[in-house]
Amino acid sequence: MSLESASHSADARADAGAPLDLLRRMLEIRLFEEEIQRLFNRNLVRGSTHLCTGQEAVAVGACAPLRTTDAMLCTYRGHGAVLAMGAPLDRTFAEILGKAEGLCGGKGGSMHLTDVSVGAYGSFAIVGAHLPIATGFGLAARYAGTDAVSLCFFGDGSVNIGAFHEAMNLAAIWKLPTIFVCENNLYGEYSPLATTTPVHELARRAEGYAMPGVRVDGNDVRAVQAVVGEAVDRARGGEGPTFVEALTYRHKGHSRTDPGTYRPQEEVDAWLARDPIPAFERVLGDEGVPAERIEATRTAATSAVAEHLERALAWPDPPLAARFEHVYA
Amino acid sequence: MSELTYREAIKLGMADALAADDSVFLIGEDIGAAGGAFKITEGLIDQFGAERVLDTPISEQAIIGAAIGASIRGLRPVAELMFADFAGVCFDQLVNQLAKYRYMTGGQVTLPVTVRLVNGAGGGFGAQHSQSVENWFLNVPGLKLAVPGTPADAYALMRAAVRDDDPVLLFEHKALFNMKGSVDTAVAPLELGRAATVRSGTDVTLVATQVMRVRAEEAAATLDGEGISVELIDPRTLVPLDMETITASVARTNRLVVAQECPPNGSWGSSIVAGVIAESFDLLDGPPVLLSADATPVPYAGPLERAWVPDAERIAQAVRDSMDAA
Repeated sequence: MSLESASHSADARADAGAPLDLLRRMLEIRLFEEEIQRLFNRNLVRGSTHLCTGQEAVAVGACAPLRTTDAMLCTYRGHGAVLAMGAPLDRTFAEILGKAEGLCGGKGGSMHLTDVSVGAYGSFAIVGAHLPIATGFGLAARYAGTDAVSLCFFGDGSVNIGAFHEAMNLAAIWKLPTIFVCENNLYGEYSPLATTTPVHELARRAEGYAMPGVRVDGNDVRAVQAVVGEAVDRARGGEGPTFVEALTYRHKGHSRTDPGTYRPQEEVDAWLARDPIPAFERVLGDEGVPAERIEATRTAATSAVAEHLERALAWPDPPLAARFEHVYA
Repeated sequence: MSELTYREAIKLGMADALAADDSVFLIGEDIGAAGGAFKITEGLIDQFGAERVLDTPISEQAIIGAAIGASIRGLRPVAELMFADFAGVCFDQLVNQLAKYRYMTGGQVTLPVTVRLVNGAGGGFGAQHSQSVENWFLNVPGLKLAVPGTPADAYALMRAAVRDDDPVLLFEHKALFNMKGSVDTAVAPLELGRAATVRSGTDVTLVATQVMRVRAEEAAATLDGEGISVELIDPRTLVPLDMETITASVARTNRLVVAQECPPNGSWGSSIVAGVIAESFDLLDGPPVLLSADATPVPYAGPLERAWVPDAERIAQAVRDSMDAA
């Protein structure tokens, strides 16, 4: 495994999982989300937006074992997951800005980021709806006899919607190569998990489907990478689906209008102290990665995000006629 | 050319599609080992294997979701919803996912999914197994809607739906399953969006689908004896809708009657009436007539259910009314 970071190489997945690459991707996502917040404050982002600040390790760790020929599906809090797969920063910014050069030509927006060229098959804004669709990607792989897998991210709020149950059951009964990654950030929108869900250790939900269920520290990028990596290997080997519960925390509220005041300050402080990015930088330092390499990665990420945003801001709006395209094939 | 029932024509359409293209597979509840609740898929699992005729749990969201994901990978799933009413269980998958996935991604994905839905009243199945639900989807751009009313159209629309690169909801009317008719499997592929002129006439344009089409043919024969010449048009697909054929007919007859097996509000019939009034008002000699089922759930008892949906005599009377009004 190379220690080098492959910044925006031609292959979006090249070096995915290498230590400094994990760090670079997490940093880029963090800086990207901070820019989105600023753009929002300037009224340059429409509708709502759901930042994943604080949850970068789940996206980056879980996507690291994936290939572009796999299928990753995520939620409306999906900027990080799509970038983790290797979607270009500029076209991702552009999509959220509603530009013609956006990933979806400006017709998707923040909640529907998609870049199939890197295996990011969509961000879904109806809670749980993409879980059955992820099983379809698994079914297609089995049907075609390939070793591709599908992986879907979803929040703790999704485990109480019917589509979750139908998808878990179908994946289990057919042993589909689908990995279910639950980002348990302890709140379903504004409601604490304990008020909505009787079993708080969500990995136990997997028992009901005779599926392996694993709980992992979602703020430890390497732990996520290892657990999901094993699940991906099992899926590729025809051993069926896995449910992964990644414990994490969003640093911000649910969406732009939510300051998150329902969360106790001690809880927020405790999780901020467990920020996945400085934590991973400490790990790298302990492993002997020189501080200047880490600093250089941070500097490169900062300038990459700034450059890509500048380019995206300069791109034009979509032509009005574009709204009639892509309704039908 | 062979004489087939509507049921056999649907099955043959699927069998021929399965034989023609390895990427086609069937998915649904009890469609394999059990042969389907209406025996439409009977024997297909023996012919094509359990890998291509997939029995699912009772999970409509999973059925449609799995079809969506598989279609994006280049497969052509034919998903069955045992009763069209069950579309309510997976409405999100159909209208928020299947219909919009291509649009929201700026055309990055294509979804050649065919969804078969068993439609219609007349069997005494009660309010949750008797609806014709195509109108639920009329206001959802991204879906195509096919409503075959004969064995020949059932076969041709099945083949066209599976071949189409867009999602097609194919509504099969359960009261037509035993209807016989000649089916030519060698004809050129039917293009979605082409109405059939079932009968040519000069006095009134009558538009109807499925069971209403069958009853409209009876009504037209009766009216012929009364000296009223009916031109009967079956749109065959509601999206895309062949308004050109309907308008051209109204240009000749100057009168329009639509008969449909559903309540009137927000229906395909009201859309056609509104379209003709808005675009072709000058062609009309009198107000169009929209003959619908009652605006109630479908009742169970035989007399109540028969009264709920227009019969041939009520269709004939609607045509006479349109003549009188002019």
